[in-house]
Amino acid sequence: MTAAGVTHRAEIHAAAASSLRGRQVSGAVATTLCALSMVGALATLIAVIAYTVFRGIGAWSIGFFTHLPTPAGIVGGGISNALVGSLIIDGLAILMAVPFGIAAGLFLAEQDGRFAQTVRFTADVLAGVPSIVLGLFAYAILVVTLGHFSAFAGSVALAVLMLPIVMRTTEGAVRSVPRDIWESGLALGLQRSRVSLRIILPSALPGMATGILLAISRAAGETAPLLFTAIGSQYFAVSPAQPMSALPLVVYLDGIQAYPDIQQIAWGTALALIVIVLGVNLGGRLFVRRMRRTSA
Amino acid sequence: MLVALLFGVLVLAILVVLVIQASQAFGHFGLGFLVGTEWNPLRLEYGALPFIIGTLITTAVALALAVPIGLGVASFLAFFAPAWARGTLSVLVESLAAIPSVVFGLWGLLAVAPWVRTVLEPQLQQVTHGFFLFSGPVLGIGVLLAGLILAAMVLPTIAAVSRDVLMAVPKEQREAALALGATRWQAARRVVIPGARVGILGAVTLGIGRAMGETIAVTMLIGNSLSIPNSLFQPGNTIASVIANQFTEATEKYHLSALIALAVVLLVVTALVNGGARILVARLGAGQPSLVTR
Repeated sequence: MTAAGVTHRAEIHAAAASSLRGRQVSGAVATTLCALSMVGALATLIAVIAYTVFRGIGAWSIGFFTHLPTPAGIVGGGISNALVGSLIIDGLAILMAVPFGIAAGLFLAEQDGRFAQTVRFTADVLAGVPSIVLGLFAYAILVVTLGHFSAFAGSVALAVLMLPIVMRTTEGAVRSVPRDIWESGLALGLQRSRVSLRIILPSALPGMATGILLAISRAAGETAPLLFTAIGSQYFAVSPAQPMSALPLVVYLDGIQAYPDIQQIAWGTALALIVIVLGVNLGGRLFVRRMRRTSA
Repeated sequence: MLVALLFGVLVLAILVVLVIQASQAFGHFGLGFLVGTEWNPLRLEYGALPFIIGTLITTAVALALAVPIGLGVASFLAFFAPAWARGTLSVLVESLAAIPSVVFGLWGLLAVAPWVRTVLEPQLQQVTHGFFLFSGPVLGIGVLLAGLILAAMVLPTIAAVSRDVLMAVPKEQREAALALGATRWQAARRVVIPGARVGILGAVTLGIGRAMGETIAVTMLIGNSLSIPNSLFQPGNTIASVIANQFTEATEKYHLSALIALAVVLLVVTALVNGGARILVARLGAGQPSLVTR
């Protein structure tokens, strides 16, 4: 081996070492920046939740959940009417959106034609339509024609909001059942409808349940669709034909007041809303995980 | 089949009903509706430009923060997070999307706004020496605050969809790069991210759609001014927030119709943005979009 060859090899080694060092440094910088982003996102989540707990927990008492609202300055106001209102408004929306959404989702899962493609795309676009636009739609078809605000109009707006979520998650859940299962059912001589109902549907159920729970958690926190429909109320209303209070409306309407005691009600309600919405949301995710594990 | 047809009818109904309600304003003001700078119900003038600009500015502020951080979070989850933490971290990031927008509004108004007024805005003013975007009286509420909170709200959308897109790039490609001696970051930057570029653009576009349509938090934070903001410190209005603010007070027929016309504009723009985003994400074959529900 010549002397020139040796120096050449040394140069290559030196170059490789410095290149590796450079690449490791840029890798470390990138890792740090990405980790910092992650920390930032988590810090925001914690800040919102912790601050809401901090300000809201003081408002909580038995009376807070069982009393009607009181005017500013009069202590002892509660959100009982908003709790019941949210239950009624969201319940009606679920009754409208879930059966329809499951049916449409099952249809999408079995079809791949141009019509199904269009429906699928439309559902995705509808899922991105701002909720206030859906509120205006419900206002136009129900409040204008009937001449008064109603909880039912709010339910319709929320149902339209939930529909594409239920549709697409149902479709995804059904599609995730392996094709082989479907074919072995047919090979055993079962009718198509029996295979769908007795074999595919049970395996798709956890995924569908998650979709429904996510849709509910989304609808339960929405304010904008209720602004011009259910509009809010100080009274105890149970008829869907009347204006009705709801938890998100209380957070909005009380939160923008200047009175500290009314703001306190807003914080307490915001805390209740976070507990309900995150509970349903995380519950849905955990539920599907457990179902998958036990059925696997 | 029948339900799918009914669904189509429903979507058409939404469009038709709103367009009919808005036709009075469109017919009366024509294109001037979109470029008019004066919105004054008392003088029967309805020009939507201040709100269109307000929507664009708040969206831009939100995206300027949420895109880099969101992509950082997505990269962390896809490339760097230890396997045992990935699931939990993903759920936590998506939980941010589950927090109701009205809670973000309340938090922004009563917790963040005082900090923006006393700390962030004065410091920005000092550092930038009277740069026009950061000038004027410090109020706390305004375009900057709305954009800040919006950033937190669109962050999970951008992060979760980008993560799905990054994960959808075949594992073999990344492993091949690692086998050739690339560092983890090199494999990510040179192989995975270029392969996912279209999908990431889709994720950002979804974030844009979300930021433009967000209503209640922005309504609580932006300060509701009817003129075009000429600094980020000033109050303004977005299309969505002006609808939320004025609708219940709109008694005059053109006022009501003009607000619904604004909703039609918002509907068309967000539908275009979302449709485009879905096409971009789908083209990459990331399949079913993530379970982030907004």
